[in-house]
Amino acid sequence: MRLPCPFCGSRDLSEFTYLGDATAARPDPDAPDAASAFFDYAYLRDNPAGPHREYWYHAQGCRSWLTVERNTRTHEILSASLASGNVQ
Amino acid sequence: MQFSALSLAYNALTGHRHWKPTWRDAAPKDAYDIVIIGGGHGLAASYYLAKEFGFRNIAVLDKGWIGGGNIGRNTTIVRSNYLLPGNIPFYELSMKLWEKLEDDLNYNTMVSQRGVLNLFHSDAQRDAYARRGNAMRLEGVDAQLLHREEVRAMAPFLNFDNGRFPIQGGLLQKRGGTVRHDAVAWGYARAASDLGVDVVQNCEVTGFRIDNGKVEGVETSRGFIRAGKVAVAVAGNSSRVMSLAGMRLPIETHVLQAFVSEGLKPAIPGVITFGAGHFYISQSDKGGLVFGGDIDGYNSYAQRGNLPVIEDVCEGGMAVMPMLGRARLLRGWGGLMDMSMDGSPIIDRTPIDGLYLNAGWCYGGFKATPASGFCFAHLLATGTPHPTAEAYRLDRFETGHLIDEKGVGAQPNLH
Ligand SMILES: Cc1cc2nc3c(=O)[nH]c(=O)nc-3n(C[C@H](O)[C@H](O)[C@H](O)COP(=O)(O)OP(=O)(O)OC[C@H]3O[C@@H](n4cnc5c(N)ncnc54)[C@H](O)[C@@H]3O)c2cc1C
Ligand SMILES: [Zn+2]
Repeated sequence: MRLPCPFCGSRDLSEFTYLGDATAARPDPDAPDAASAFFDYAYLRDNPAGPHREYWYHAQGCRSWLTVERNTRTHEILSASLASGNVQ
Repeated sequence: MQFSALSLAYNALTGHRHWKPTWRDAAPKDAYDIVIIGGGHGLAASYYLAKEFGFRNIAVLDKGWIGGGNIGRNTTIVRSNYLLPGNIPFYELSMKLWEKLEDDLNYNTMVSQRGVLNLFHSDAQRDAYARRGNAMRLEGVDAQLLHREEVRAMAPFLNFDNGRFPIQGGLLQKRGGTVRHDAVAWGYARAASDLGVDVVQNCEVTGFRIDNGKVEGVETSRGFIRAGKVAVAVAGNSSRVMSLAGMRLPIETHVLQAFVSEGLKPAIPGVITFGAGHFYISQSDKGGLVFGGDIDGYNSYAQRGNLPVIEDVCEGGMAVMPMLGRARLLRGWGGLMDMSMDGSPIIDRTPIDGLYLNAGWCYGGFKATPASGFCFAHLLATGTPHPTAEAYRLDRFETGHLIDEKGVGAQPNLH
């Protein structure tokens, strides 16, 4: 598997570190339902078989955080962009 | 008796055309008391439901063939060297069930208690292993802390003087070892089938019929099947199957790879694990060196992994056992892991009446097969969890009662 870094181009998987699901949005800690919202955020996952939006860190390259869309059935990369600016 | 020296001779002389199927390849009926989804732990659960709890009207449904899931893809290591109170009694129950499994099933599952040796490479790691060994012994599990020379006597071929990770000793569980994984699937399938359980292959569950919060049955590729209770044990696919019932789980699906070398003369006495990386190895009775390491680390349903992990596993192997470099790799494969958020499994009822879940086995669920089946059967039959599996609750993530054996938090790819 290779990931297309917007800065560095197509790079080998071994240069990257995986964080996981990029769709979960950090809840408001002051909201009345904060406890259950944080449980949801920290522990529950959609875990889809198919396209998955996820965070990768280009540790051995430009050290950018990326948002990658990847098919978990085939490992096909659908898109990759810098995560900064659209982190939830 | 189905298998004997005589039947082997007879079938050899007649071209192996007269062997009978080991179990009935059942077609699904319209309704069952209990429908179990998944032919891994599910087979064990069906067997104990029939044998220990007297149920007969049961089906095990699998979307593929029996033995095609993780039960037939793992590196066959069994052990009960756990640290935490919620885990030790459960895995020790499993070990005790392994010890009598062949008699129980009347099937040669090749349970081989050749020992599991975890190497340590630093003072801090020795302390951690001593603590683990003491926790095991407090629960009546065997554990021995070996010093370097004792390890050398067992496995002189290890690299004791690696510059970065010299071997200081090891924690040995002599009762641990390996079990022939396919034979476990076949043995449970035959024993359950003989007790009247329908083992149904090529039958994928595609939905649940739920009425008023109670499960009525399952939609499958072979039609609707009514069920009093539905039990899900579909490692790797738990999130997908439970989403059909509207549930989200504390689980991510990851791929774990394993490898086997060409067949070699007996070289490795038991199971050996490298403590400074993630590498474990044993030798099969056919002579192949069977080994593995970490999961690939990203969500995957592909049942195959990537090269960086192969390189990492082989580097670990070369660091601890340089003689490996002379062996040729025969093949590698992958399986789908239900990585739970604390690294521990779930055996519990769900908020939907009549729907039960067995999931989250990460990459250590083969050793659990007998106890997982037994405790799941206990829960299904009596409505209460078995005492050794009480901690494996689905709501523990919400209440904070995590069983974090590794202590790395809610990061499933690190467990
Ligand atoms: C490479 C590798 C090495 C491993 N090494 C070890 C080891 O050394 N020791 C150890 O203890 N554990 C090990 N494990 C882990 C262990 O194999 C698993 O944790 C365990 O087998 C899970 O059991 P299960 O019955 O839940 O899963 P499986 O045996 O995978 O059974 C689940 C079944 O559910 C079926 N299924 C899925 N979806 C559906 C559906 N919709 N309808 C019908 N059926 C469905 C699948 O076809 C599958 O057969 C390893 C795993 C792998 C992949
Ligand atoms: Zn980059």
